Amino acid sequence: MNAGHAVELETLFGDYPLDRAFDEMREADGEVRPHYRALAETLARLPADELQRRKQSADLSFLTQGITFTVYGREEGTERIFPYDLLPRLITAAEWDRIERGLTQRITALNLFLRDVYSDAKILNDRVVPRELVYSCKHYRRQMRGLQVPRNVYISVVGSDLLRLNSGEFVVLEDNLRVPSGVSYMLTNRRVMKRTFPQLFQSYGVRPIEHYPRLLLATLRSLAPEGRPEPNIVLLTPGVFNSAYFEHTYLARQMGIELVEGRDLVTHDNIVYMRTTDGLKRVDVIYRRVDDDFSDPLVFRADSSLGCAGLFNAYRAGNVTVTNAFGTGLADDKAVYAYVPRMIRYYLNEDPILPNVETYLLSEAGERRHVLANLDKLVVKAVGESGGYGMLIGPHSTARQREEFALQIEANPRNYIAQPTLDFSRAPCLVGDRLEPRHVDLRPYILFGDKVNIVPGGLTRVALERGSLVVNSSQGGGSKDTWVLEAQGSTEARE
Amino acid sequence: MLSRVADSLYWMSRYLERAENTVRQLDVTMGLMLDTGVASAETRWRRLVAALGKPAGLEWNGDLESMAARLVFDGLNHASVTFCVTGARENARQVREEISSEQWQRLNRLFHQIHSPQAQTQFQSSMNDAISSVVDGIHLFQGVSDTTMIHGQGWQFIRLGRYLERAYATATLLEVYQGDLLHAQDQDDSGHQYLELVGLLRCCTSFEAYCQVYTADLSPGRILEFLLLNRDFPHAIRYCVDTVRNAIESIQHTGGRRAPDELLATIGRLHAMLGFTTIGEILGGDAAGFLHGIREQCMRIHELIYRYYVHYSIQSALAV
Repeated sequence: MNAGHAVELETLFGDYPLDRAFDEMREADGEVRPHYRALAETLARLPADELQRRKQSADLSFLTQGITFTVYGREEGTERIFPYDLLPRLITAAEWDRIERGLTQRITALNLFLRDVYSDAKILNDRVVPRELVYSCKHYRRQMRGLQVPRNVYISVVGSDLLRLNSGEFVVLEDNLRVPSGVSYMLTNRRVMKRTFPQLFQSYGVRPIEHYPRLLLATLRSLAPEGRPEPNIVLLTPGVFNSAYFEHTYLARQMGIELVEGRDLVTHDNIVYMRTTDGLKRVDVIYRRVDDDFSDPLVFRADSSLGCAGLFNAYRAGNVTVTNAFGTGLADDKAVYAYVPRMIRYYLNEDPILPNVETYLLSEAGERRHVLANLDKLVVKAVGESGGYGMLIGPHSTARQREEFALQIEANPRNYIAQPTLDFSRAPCLVGDRLEPRHVDLRPYILFGDKVNIVPGGLTRVALERGSLVVNSSQGGGSKDTWVLEAQGSTEARE
Repeated sequence: MLSRVADSLYWMSRYLERAENTVRQLDVTMGLMLDTGVASAETRWRRLVAALGKPAGLEWNGDLESMAARLVFDGLNHASVTFCVTGARENARQVREEISSEQWQRLNRLFHQIHSPQAQTQFQSSMNDAISSVVDGIHLFQGVSDTTMIHGQGWQFIRLGRYLERAYATATLLEVYQGDLLHAQDQDDSGHQYLELVGLLRCCTSFEAYCQVYTADLSPGRILEFLLLNRDFPHAIRYCVDTVRNAIESIQHTGGRRAPDELLATIGRLHAMLGFTTIGEILGGDAAGFLHGIREQCMRIHELIYRYYVHYSIQSALAV
């Protein structure tokens, strides 16, 4: 890096603050981390207006591609462009290797746990996981007891949320085993970024992720019922009003499969058909983006019109594969989460590669007392919620909110857990013509068919407000492209 | 293709055709009201409402401007332009991935144009501009549909919706007019009669086409012949029915597992009825009954399309 660039980098950074939180780009002393140097130099070399021009052209690209999500609770203008940041987040080959091994281990154990709980329940008999915890979970599905699922795979599509702590170590925050979303943003971010920084992209040696739809299709095909060599695979969406509808259409198009709604499906003699203009066509595999509760009004919520009556029986008869399986929400219950390291030891006899975030179970009297006394320092979450709903962030809360939460916790302690407020890592984002650090997480996408498959990358979600810790798209979060570097590529960038 | 998708494309198309028809008839009626003709404003308005299929909520209140605004903007009235455009867009939104981006953008622009806060004031200040911009928007959408979409089943369902709606609307229009016009005196020197006939042709954008075939010598019998039996003019009922038949045969050809026998028979009968009759026979017999019969058969065709492609019973589909 020559002197001129250093000066420009200074103006770009401005009063970029560094504190206890891990900064993805810079060391504690302000030095740019080795693998970020090429990016920093490119930024320093680009005139400020050129960066803005690229930002605008990327904006336009998102707009014309119609990459949107739906915000609930507004009549007009419900479709929004998903906000994103222009600068990529970089992950070295060594870091990724650990993430990949850790997630593979974790998903394998979680799948074994689901299979166990819905069959022999050995882990409960051995008192490794408390029985009450499992049977009181609202996502536990009695209907799944004793049901043989194809290849014993319960969770074939997973999007785990990882955070990086002060030490630089990645931890798992959530497992998201039901209907994780966001993968379309990972794919479209990459397309736009390749156009925005083509040379930089090429010089970095970034591992590709574009084959995700093909892998997903192969995963779904591998789970087809036996005797169906040319399975008819469909994606089941709740419909146009769902917040992830864009993603559903995008994935269906990318895989070349039919996008169906519940009302397109009928069951007859335990076989699922879709209604086409050419008559009924048998459906073999359903990639389900509808929650358990709404999937089959005969078995789950009777007031749901999003699902297909009789679907569960057809599934039970083995005539159709539905994935993810029903009842997987049990294993991403935030209280069950606390036991995942113990599951890994129990089923795999290994030490967890990716640790958990420290979690207090409020059903335990001692832990509850501690949490209630320290509500202003902790994050409290409802166990069955996702998307950043039903959450209290202690340091950012008012006394009144804390009182309300304390009452709710006392009334139903099983429904809540608490975690320390995490100082998770920050990455530089382009704010105006300056770089400013924003908190980021990482959601890699894991596929599990005949084996576990993780595309190198994922969605880096950004809390776009300064100082904010909430990255959920439903709560004003954005995203970044995530570049996982090739092993030799990362050493080159270091030189 | 999924039945739901076919259904949405069909209705998207029908709604837009309906919106265009409403706008055009309103335009023509208001033009006629400028001349102190034989008919009062109220009579003309009643005739317009009848030609639109007598939707409720459009009883004459003496103020043309407010009536016209209601017909265009009252989103609660099922005959209004706003209602139809909204319905078309809502159907398109459900099948966003089946239509081209160009189609979606045109339709979306039309929707936002008609829903914009200024739309009503613009309409009041310049009705002609407002009306022609709606018609332009619909024409653009139709052109883009023909040039940017695969001409497969989806496109055929769009054609089906457009031409079935048009055949039905034109038959309704002719049924309403035939009583007044066709029995009027052929010779009328005041020019009012001539204006009325031009108006009828303009309702179907067919004045110029008529002149090319018959010269500007307007006679009620020839107008009826042109709008009913011409095989080359896209607003003539015979042309519409031919197109509907053609679309159904294409759908049958690309799918082809089940033969929609009754549908083909019904559409074939209507096709033959229009193909093997002369205007003399129609005028000599029961013209009103003839037109009414066309409407009934259109409704029957609609029901059969639903029965074969959309709302079929599981038993009938499994029996194949």
